[in-house]
Amino acid sequence: MQTPMAAPNQTDGGQDALVAVSGLTKRFPVLKSLFRQPSSFIHAVDDVSFALAPGESLGLVGESGCGKTTVGKLLVKLLEPTSGGIHFRFPSRDANGGSGEPVDASEIRSTDLRAFRRQAQMIFQDPYESMNPRRTIYDTIAEPLAVQGIGSMTNRVDRVTEILTRVGLTPPSSFLFRHPHELSGGQRQRVAIARALVIGPSFVVADEPTSMLDVSSRTGIMSLMQELAQQYGISYLYITHDLAVARYMCHRIAVMYLGKIVELAETEELLRNPLHPYTRALLSAVPVPDPRFRRDRPDILGDLTLPIDPPPRCRFYDRCPVATDFCEGNPHPPMEEQTPGHWVACYEA
Amino acid sequence: MATVREAPVLEVVDLSLRYQTRQGEVQAVEGVSFELAQGQSLGLVGESGCGKTSVATSLMRLLPENAYLAGGQVKLGGTDLLPLSDDEIRGYRWRRIAMVFQAAMNSLDPVHRVGQQVIEAIEAHRMETTLADARERVARLFRMVGLDPQLMDRYPHEFSGGMRQRAVIAMALSCDPDLIIADEPTTALDVIVQDRILRELKVVQQELRMGMIYISHDIGVVAEVTDRIGVMYAGRLVELGDTADVFRSPMHPYTAALMSSFPSVHGERLPLVGLAGEPPNLIDPPAGCPFHPRCPYADDICRTEFPDRSFRGDNWAACWHPLDASPLSEDRQNQDF
Repeated sequence: MQTPMAAPNQTDGGQDALVAVSGLTKRFPVLKSLFRQPSSFIHAVDDVSFALAPGESLGLVGESGCGKTTVGKLLVKLLEPTSGGIHFRFPSRDANGGSGEPVDASEIRSTDLRAFRRQAQMIFQDPYESMNPRRTIYDTIAEPLAVQGIGSMTNRVDRVTEILTRVGLTPPSSFLFRHPHELSGGQRQRVAIARALVIGPSFVVADEPTSMLDVSSRTGIMSLMQELAQQYGISYLYITHDLAVARYMCHRIAVMYLGKIVELAETEELLRNPLHPYTRALLSAVPVPDPRFRRDRPDILGDLTLPIDPPPRCRFYDRCPVATDFCEGNPHPPMEEQTPGHWVACYEA
Repeated sequence: MATVREAPVLEVVDLSLRYQTRQGEVQAVEGVSFELAQGQSLGLVGESGCGKTSVATSLMRLLPENAYLAGGQVKLGGTDLLPLSDDEIRGYRWRRIAMVFQAAMNSLDPVHRVGQQVIEAIEAHRMETTLADARERVARLFRMVGLDPQLMDRYPHEFSGGMRQRAVIAMALSCDPDLIIADEPTTALDVIVQDRILRELKVVQQELRMGMIYISHDIGVVAEVTDRIGVMYAGRLVELGDTADVFRSPMHPYTAALMSSFPSVHGERLPLVGLAGEPPNLIDPPAGCPFHPRCPYADDICRTEFPDRSFRGDNWAACWHPLDASPLSEDRQNQDF
């Protein structure tokens, strides 16, 4: 099926996209009984399409339960999609580093996963949970190298030492043989970044990597991730609930609501000129660190629900302050390009 | 507002709290003093481990076993709470001081109806005469925090996270406290839900003329809900003042650093300035000003002597080299939103 969002791919490099997602859909069965076929499904990700250019950082923003983490997991093959396609075009590792052959994610079998993971990595939210407490920092970071069979033992020590320096854990020798509990949250997240980057991936899914951190270490991690992206030419899919963080980390932002991307635009354009009523509500709900600034009350009705067998109409209909009869009677609106590069799925926008 | 001079509801004088650990004694709170007038709200901000929550738990006397109060007074309506016996302090908790925690929404008992749990809180502390009266009161509390009173007879699992947090706030309000302590009450919630709860909390606090201490790492939230703000660093209060003034022109370099490391979605995209280094180890805090190892303005006196307070109007900062109204804050002031 030609998805309404296939077009944005062309605006962002088309065939050169590092990651091209079209019609991505993931449904989770709602199990009512162990012995019966599930009759209802959570539409966690529903017909989502976007493309990510090499070196680009795309923010995926939305409230908890909107499907943003599911998209991230689908992209690194921690989950398999119900339908839809994901295509990668990783830079080739040999010769002079041009784009390699396109890879269809659905054709990556378990035996090819190792090669795939060399290119696509994930950084998780909680630096306390994502590391084995019994292993040293060296073991944690060297493991991907060992799994990938990269380098000799001494070479691995050099690589780990180098990446520790790059992520700001200096002097590296004082960190190599420590355990996670000896590090602060910010330092642990640096280890997690080092582990994801040590094998030189070109695509990294970062799932709320700073939301567990203090303001002070958060800024450090944010600028570190930006520097490393530029240095190594990494593309991020940056998942966050925090529009302010996305503003600083991402070239473009996609706003998700109940499994659908409802708006996608360049970061400043999206913040200055939000077109979707949900984006507007989300924006006006963010507290402003300026006591004289009076925010508008977010214009949104009711509470967040779960997308269990949702009706075909617009996902935002029940909470939308500007919904019309037309919205009720028609399917979920397609993504349309309102101004160049600014896409929105709303009949009233 | 801060200008209203009334007898303070709460007076904290020179509060100090220590934790005993295997590594040594942690100086979690050191010489903290502040006042809170009736109907006034005070925000406490700072990095994790700076002592915000320790101050709150000292006020409620809800201290872990390895903690002890090393000195100071906590006067509520003139009575010092610290020397009171456990029985006596129980008469103050909930009735006079109530607290809402970050994880409070998970503290509801899953096998009892939500309304019933609020009624229990009322009965335990106020002895409402009849069940009908108590239910009427719960219905009023539910309406106050934006919950449909018909939800009273539902169970916690039928509530969303935001609804549960509202129910816990209703419970905290159930005994008409003079003071409510809110410790990161909306941190686990999405922004739209957070926005509603903050608006409701603020309205209720002003209607009931309660004092409120609002603890958060999110300075945006604190800017919006508080009249005054206290900035904590390494167990000490390092700046205290009118919220609008402190945001307009912070006096302490730590306050300024905290603010410029905070991203905002509105206005100009100002560069984020990180705060290098980590807060000090409170088992062996640095001599002089605890912020000096991270402070760009530190000199010899900062390394040896704890700073006196510098005043600007009613606001003060514990700093040897307080900032002038800086160009950065002027920029922010002139910003066209």
